[in-house]
Amino acid sequence: MSEFFAMGGYGLYVWGSFGAMALLMVAEVIIVRQQRHDMLTRLRRMERQRTAPPVSPEKESGK
Amino acid sequence: MNSRLINWFKLSSPATFYPFAGRMVPWFSWIAIILLVIALYLSFFVAPTDYKQGEGYRIIFIHVPVAWMSMFIYVIMAGWAAVGLVYNTRLSAMMSEALAPTGAMFAFLSLWTGALWGKPMWGTWWVWDARLTSSLILLFLYIGFIALKSAIEDPRRADRAGAILLLVGVINIPIIYFSVRWWNTLHQGATIKMSGQTSMDETMLIAMLIMTFAVWAYTIAVVLLRVRTIILERERDTTWVRTLLQEGNRR
Amino acid sequence: MLDIFRTLLWRDITLAMRSRADLVANLFFFIIVVSLFPLGIGPEMATLRLIAPGVVWVAALLASMLALERIFAADYEDGTLEQMLLTPQPLALLILAKVAAHWLVTGVPLVLIAPVLGLQYNLSGEMLQVLIVTLLLGTPSLSLIGAIGAALTLGLRGGGVLNALLVMPLTIPVLIFGAGAVEATASGLGGIGHLYLLGAILLAALFFAPLAAAAALRISAE
Repeated sequence: MSEFFAMGGYGLYVWGSFGAMALLMVAEVIIVRQQRHDMLTRLRRMERQRTAPPVSPEKESGK
Repeated sequence: MNSRLINWFKLSSPATFYPFAGRMVPWFSWIAIILLVIALYLSFFVAPTDYKQGEGYRIIFIHVPVAWMSMFIYVIMAGWAAVGLVYNTRLSAMMSEALAPTGAMFAFLSLWTGALWGKPMWGTWWVWDARLTSSLILLFLYIGFIALKSAIEDPRRADRAGAILLLVGVINIPIIYFSVRWWNTLHQGATIKMSGQTSMDETMLIAMLIMTFAVWAYTIAVVLLRVRTIILERERDTTWVRTLLQEGNRR
Repeated sequence: MLDIFRTLLWRDITLAMRSRADLVANLFFFIIVVSLFPLGIGPEMATLRLIAPGVVWVAALLASMLALERIFAADYEDGTLEQMLLTPQPLALLILAKVAAHWLVTGVPLVLIAPVLGLQYNLSGEMLQVLIVTLLLGTPSLSLIGAIGAALTLGLRGGGVLNALLVMPLTIPVLIFGAGAVEATASGLGGIGHLYLLGAILLAALFFAPLAAAAALRISAE
């Protein structure tokens, strides 16, 4: 097993490459999902404010 | 033929593309995962040890697919840019915007894996080799596009300015590539030939190709996911997005 | 057609001559950058001679990037640019005139001062000649390609840096062949091939860049 990770002395380089790729790909997926989640929460909140009857309609329309 | 044409135009509207993309994401995610597992298995357990480079050569299984992908994504972005300028479709600009970060990531990864390969094989992290240099320039082009997009506030102007930059860039890429290659051959001193390309083992080639398809599927999945967010943001005032949000709120 | 080209060319040159301080500053930027390198690297003449073409070319590239920011800015601010967009004459031609004027007032001084800087680096007479020819062929390409970036970043905050970021990767071939011609001459290979390629790039840029810049201007000034 440790022989496998040593990669015949090239462990640092091989795992450095594959590790960086895995890290970036996982990070990208997480970031993209987070962005989508944030966007949805933001837009939903905006939508609620738009549709919910305001507390004092006169004040709201006066703006 | 005709019905297919209509279909395509229908899909080019964000309102129809949004749910379509949503349905496609899990498919491509699963394809990507399965292919990745197969490719990783092939590249570590099936492909034989290279007699010249030992185990270190296994970096090729990601280096080459990633480098291909970084070039390919730029061309695709330019293609979307052209479509966007000609047909004035909103979706194409959103697609090129969604592709850019992934393309930049792959360009960076191709440099990173190249450096990690170069160190044990050539004894140095970086050589001013024609391919390495052009990859670096490609990364600059991606960064320029992203910077331009984020600097312009008006989305319509950002879309079209970005499209022009992409088209200018894609015309320039071959010129840049050949000039860099020429420059490199002139400065013979530092050139290092890839240690004698031994006729590549068939399993190596297959592993590399499967990895390429895996990266493809990954790109499609992540870009569709990202374009959905972009569509939501851009179309937030349209009726269909508002209905969608209201449904989400009710739940 | 030619009339409007000439009129605009003269107008821009006259305007530039009124704010001469800018032009002088640009020229001195070039001189200072070139003169800084020996201070950073050391006075070894053999080394300096080796890097001279590259240094002069990179400095010329930076100086022209710096100057490009202003190519459309004044016209954009006072509304002249909008009028230009509305004229029946092809916009690409107007842009060509503006770029030509810009090159005459910012590029040509660099070309003229370059031999003096080359002497600082102990370049031979032949190398100096080639250097001037490459700069003459190359700096117009820089201005033309840079005009696209300037048009895209028109009116943006931090437009100057952004423009440099966009344009510099695209100017790499000019840099390679420009500096390469001088180096090839120095090593006895002869730089004529490089000069042809520089000329080819210039011709291509003369044709395509104004069109691209015109499209970009229409988008930016909308």
